[in-house]
Amino acid sequence: MVAPSLKLQDLIEEIRGAKTQAQEREVIQKECAHIRASFRDGDPVHRHRQLAKLLYVHMLGYPAHFGQMECLKLIASSRFTDKRVGYLGAMLLLDERHDAHLLITNSIKNDLSQGIQPVQGLALCTLSTMGSAEMCRDLAPEVEKLLLQPSPYVRKKAILTAVHMIRKVPELSSVFLPPCVHLLHERHHGILLGTITLITELCERSPAALRHFRKVVPQLVQILRTLVTTGYSTEHSISGVSDPFLQVQILRLLRILGRNHEESSETMNDLLAQVATNTDTSRNAGNAVLFETVLTIMDIRSAAGLRVLAVNILGRFLLNSDRNIRYVALTSLLRLVQSDHSAVQRHRPTVVDCLQETDASLSRRALELSLALVNSSNVRAMMQELQAFLESCPPDLRADCASGILLAAERFAPTKRWHIDTILHVLTTAGTHVRDDAVANLTQLIGGAQELHAYSVRRLYNALAEDISQQPLVQVAAWCIGEYGDLLLEGNCEEIEPLQVDEEEVLALLEKVLQSHMSLPATRGYALTALMKLSTRLQGDNNRIRQVVSIYKSCLDVELQQRAVEYDTLFRKYDHMRAAILEKMPLVERDGAQADEEAKESKAAAQLSEAVPAPTEPQASQLLDLLDLLDGASGDAQHPPPLDPSPGGALVYLLDLPCAPPPPAPIPDLKVFEREGVQLNLSFIRPPENPALLLITATATNSSEGDVTDFICQAAVPKSLQLQMQAPSGNTVPARGGLPITQLFRILNPNKAPVRLKLRLTYNHFHQSVQEIFEVNNLPVESWQ
Amino acid sequence: MQFMLLFSRQGKLRLQKWYVPLSDKEKKKITRELVQTVLARKPKMCSFLEWRDLKIVYKRYASLYFCCAIEDQDNELITLEIIHRYVELLDKYFGSVCELDIIFNFEKAYFILDEFLLGGEVQETSKKNVLKAIEQADLLQEPWMHSVLRE
Repeated sequence: MVAPSLKLQDLIEEIRGAKTQAQEREVIQKECAHIRASFRDGDPVHRHRQLAKLLYVHMLGYPAHFGQMECLKLIASSRFTDKRVGYLGAMLLLDERHDAHLLITNSIKNDLSQGIQPVQGLALCTLSTMGSAEMCRDLAPEVEKLLLQPSPYVRKKAILTAVHMIRKVPELSSVFLPPCVHLLHERHHGILLGTITLITELCERSPAALRHFRKVVPQLVQILRTLVTTGYSTEHSISGVSDPFLQVQILRLLRILGRNHEESSETMNDLLAQVATNTDTSRNAGNAVLFETVLTIMDIRSAAGLRVLAVNILGRFLLNSDRNIRYVALTSLLRLVQSDHSAVQRHRPTVVDCLQETDASLSRRALELSLALVNSSNVRAMMQELQAFLESCPPDLRADCASGILLAAERFAPTKRWHIDTILHVLTTAGTHVRDDAVANLTQLIGGAQELHAYSVRRLYNALAEDISQQPLVQVAAWCIGEYGDLLLEGNCEEIEPLQVDEEEVLALLEKVLQSHMSLPATRGYALTALMKLSTRLQGDNNRIRQVVSIYKSCLDVELQQRAVEYDTLFRKYDHMRAAILEKMPLVERDGAQADEEAKESKAAAQLSEAVPAPTEPQASQLLDLLDLLDGASGDAQHPPPLDPSPGGALVYLLDLPCAPPPPAPIPDLKVFEREGVQLNLSFIRPPENPALLLITATATNSSEGDVTDFICQAAVPKSLQLQMQAPSGNTVPARGGLPITQLFRILNPNKAPVRLKLRLTYNHFHQSVQEIFEVNNLPVESWQ
Repeated sequence: MQFMLLFSRQGKLRLQKWYVPLSDKEKKKITRELVQTVLARKPKMCSFLEWRDLKIVYKRYASLYFCCAIEDQDNELITLEIIHRYVELLDKYFGSVCELDIIFNFEKAYFILDEFLLGGEVQETSKKNVLKAIEQADLLQEPWMHSVLRE
């Protein structure tokens, strides 16, 4: 005799006794082998027990497909125990993907038409769980018959099976629609519930059905009213609320029927008000009904007063100690904030309190809602709350909070200064989380607020001095210091404490940014350009700046290298243009035209390269040719290939400014002095828009072995001319071709008189002081004609 | 409802009821991911979370997590009541139910669920009726004695 097979519970015991995964596998594999053998042998008596064991191991994740056919056999058996396990097996192991599933259709049909009630129940349950479209089509007539059976036990199941069938085969709606109205008269809660679910399904699928069922709105209202008012039956109640499952389902159907339909909405108005005010809210069951009521009120054409009531219920939910209730309240209010803004505004303080929620999903919703509630009258208070939140909020909410604050600030800023302060605060608190265009926006904003330049540059300087790690902040600060460095040093600004800053400190700070490993390449670009601009804003000599620029000429970063080379060239050959080029930027057009010369982000870059106005391009490229020409002629350091007008070429944009037009044909240089390796050269530029103006750059070079120090050049011109001399770039020319000194002379010659110069040079060379006075009469005619 | 899962604090599955057709592989994947997600939640967090395009409602009773996936238009709060009602039914049936009852009598747990929900919808709101139906079905189960005698 074959050893009796393990009972289900014994197997479970054995599996749980296994100490390791491997042991468990062993036990299961052994048992499955027995089960397989048993299936092969076709033992009908223990088949149900074998399948049950198989279903257990299936739940643990082991394969059980060889049990599928056994399900069929068990379902076909006459024993209830077999059917029970067989149908369970079918629901767990068979689904519409397996061809085998169709084989149970016949058994189901038999059980539906001839089985005792519990068996009918099993069949209906299985059909509604795994019934495929084909099965549903086949078995629809049987289910339809069962809708009319007297037993509520079977009818309620048949109704819900019909719901499943319609989901699988929408055409079956026509079969199951007719009985519905009649079924609504039933008293049995299960049947009512099923019917309402069925009607809901029908209405959601077909506008015709929707219209058809509008006529039952009064009846539904009556059913719900009865439930709510005539005390409760303990059988169906939860925490003193009459059958909340049924109430919720009715409310949902009413929502669908009342949507966009005045008449229906009106019919249910009073009832909804009644439910909203009378439902017990001490436990979750009542709140579930209340919640569904609110959803319905907000979705149909309800009276204004009712809508406000609904929003207030949500507001009360926000104060509930149960965080689940707060969650649904926040989610719903978020959906309503646009359509019922003023009603939701009333609960703003509570919403703001919810920012402190420990559960991130709640605080996130509270944040979204808070941002949606900001308007021009509450912006200051709200921003304060939100900024406080930004400082302490969890990291995954930082970015959204920061960009939300910036957006709201943009829309509702009461003053420019407040706006600047707000952005500044966001950049210092959450700099790494702001969106890419924050930098451009802030520079734009500051640029446009002339009265706030001094204030801005000071605040930014202070912020930068404290922390150079937050890149967006560093970029804006560097830009600002570059643009308004003169205001920074002036010392006077009413709105902020007086600040004594000296030039060296400013330069040191920018150099620190340049050198810091925390600075992104873009940031270093900003810093370098800022340093360059300061060469015209500061009083002292530019040696330090020139040195820094010089160092970066060999920087590995190509962008930085390019800038450094261009700036260096600016010092050396175009010094007379330097001031003009580095003048304060005019306010740029907001929408993309030339947003910010430093924009490196590809998105901004794409915008900019599209938006560069066409007329300036030829100018830029002419100048580029000029540079190429001169560089080629003087054999200068490697110049990268011709720039295309992309934002990467900062020099292009600088030169795109209207104040820097391209020069006409170059006037030849003139060497006016030479002594022991020290040379003085003059180069000339005549700007086309001002023919009376002559710009001369005097360049002192030193090819000797000794340094030239304390170099001073003075000049005089005939009375008919006016001469303006700018500060020299320095007073030292190091030996052996060290960094030359350049100095710009501006000569106004409206009468086109021949230009003559008298020059006086004094300097120290080879431990001797040198003084030279001489006249220059042989200036090229192009310089004055 | 799209599906209901019961699992232990160690992530062991104790019951899985699927109301939508999915392959075994997909079911395993969903189960694994969802179990991980829910187990990672801290005790003070709310019972709802958004996962893929579904709303997940879960509640822990002793050592078992009850986890339901509902659709966007479904009411989360009433789903909590559904879960609670199911636990009450189990409790009444087994008499102070614990995880071990559900492990050793998993088929019964399914049978009880199938008298409460059908096709993902609530079919019976009376506790009494559900328990009565189970009782009657249990009576129909041929007792072991008979099957042994037939051998």
